Amino acid sequence: MNENEHMSATARRDRVLRILLPILTILVGGVIWHLVVRINDIPPYVLPGPGLVARTLIADWATLWDSLLVTLVTTFQGLLLALIGGVGLAILFNLSRLVEYAFYPYAVILQVTPIVAIAPLLLIYLPQHLAVLACAWIVAFFPVLANTTLGLNSIDHNLRDLFRLCGATRWQVLFRLKLPAALPYMLEGLKIAGGLSLIGAVVAEIAAGSAGAGSGLAYRIAESGYRLNIPRMFAALLLLSIAGIVIFFALSALSHLALRRWHESAIERES
Amino acid sequence: MSGAAIVRLSGVGKTFANGTAAIERLDLDVREGEFLTLLGPSGCGKSTALRMIAALSEPTRGTVSWSDANGRGLAPGTIGFVFQEPTLKPWATVAGNVALPLKLKGGDAGQIAARVSDALARVGLSDFAGSYPRELSGGMKMRVSIARALVTDPKILLMDEPFAALDEITRFKLNNDLMAVSSALRMTVVFVTHSVFESAFLSNRIVVMTSRPGRVFAELTIDAPYPRAEAFRTSPEYAAFCRRASDALSQAMESRPMEAKAVEARP
Repeated sequence: MNENEHMSATARRDRVLRILLPILTILVGGVIWHLVVRINDIPPYVLPGPGLVARTLIADWATLWDSLLVTLVTTFQGLLLALIGGVGLAILFNLSRLVEYAFYPYAVILQVTPIVAIAPLLLIYLPQHLAVLACAWIVAFFPVLANTTLGLNSIDHNLRDLFRLCGATRWQVLFRLKLPAALPYMLEGLKIAGGLSLIGAVVAEIAAGSAGAGSGLAYRIAESGYRLNIPRMFAALLLLSIAGIVIFFALSALSHLALRRWHESAIERES
Repeated sequence: MSGAAIVRLSGVGKTFANGTAAIERLDLDVREGEFLTLLGPSGCGKSTALRMIAALSEPTRGTVSWSDANGRGLAPGTIGFVFQEPTLKPWATVAGNVALPLKLKGGDAGQIAARVSDALARVGLSDFAGSYPRELSGGMKMRVSIARALVTDPKILLMDEPFAALDEITRFKLNNDLMAVSSALRMTVVFVTHSVFESAFLSNRIVVMTSRPGRVFAELTIDAPYPRAEAFRTSPEYAAFCRRASDALSQAMESRPMEAKAVEARP
């Protein structure tokens, strides 16, 4: 079939472009960065070129890698706790309106208060590791809570009626209807929470770093700043960005795997 | 063909919280083994009546009583309900959807699987047990919904405009298949529709309702023998039944609610 071949060729070209174009724009950005530094003769302690950043990344790899692991462990612990706390609280809110009325304001307060302002306080009250973890959790849990709450409330009313007709118990409604229906919302919340958890960990590490302790990647950035080791600052920043991107793609992939058979968002349409 | 009343609505009224009177003084018997259609314009409360039979909605006046009620309401699985939309769980396969009422009740997995495949065979979807709802056409989704309603072997099947959203070809096909299934199983069916043709093809008895508030306006008996096949659809007697139902419906739509009880037509 000629038309089919034509269609698949177009689809293939589209897929290649989708991967190739971002790589190309990033390369062009790097080249411009390099040229700006070279032509204006900018000293490395103001703005290091991409080559120097790459060399620093390789030279300081051992230190940076260890720091990255510390930050990532905190991020994932924060994310895991956010998932448990967010989904658990959403279920509790869904089961009891009174609990929701009583505790939703606390969730909102935690969400709207800037984490930079809370981090120094937490560092006073908690051991450092726990304080950093608490910050990651605080910023990550709200999107999970809000999205799961929305999902649990968005069930098909007729399906709810059908469960009633079948004499379903409250737990059957929760596990067989509400939670599966809320899954796409929950995963979307988790996708947002992944990035936020990293931000929360970084903010807390910076706050802790200025208090004189810590070994995460954000602490490396702060430390390099004090030492005017700008290339290393950039190298650490680059690693943080890459970590954030990897977390986002990993969670997107998880979401796609869980939903690909049935949810509209995960289905590719042929037009 | 139709026996004693299995469910009786007497003096039933339903006023919603916003003050809308959906139904007023509705008296209706559903007899064992009959195919009863509630025919009426939209807003005549026919869906509300169906939901009250299913106990999904409480009447504000009057009673809905079951012949074999033990005072504690109906056992789950007594009623099969087919909604206007297919109302399937998108995350479950066709078999998973059909198995839902049995799984909620609990029971032996092998037995459940056997009953699910029976129900799927009945609606002609045996080959699609492993498909997901989004992979099916509108008509096939509705068949899944019907299979799910049949799987508990219900005493009564309630259908709320199940084919309203389907195209005419699919609707006729599903009408034929529903006719075959309900005659084979000798089921009691209450069917809600606003289609005259559908009601005349399927039912023993058509109850025509007026709107705002909903009330019984006329009752027609369609005494053509079952099972009715495609040939019945083109017969002169079918055309005559359709005309009578259509006349009753247009009178119902013209009549003021207050005059409704004065016209007790029985052709």
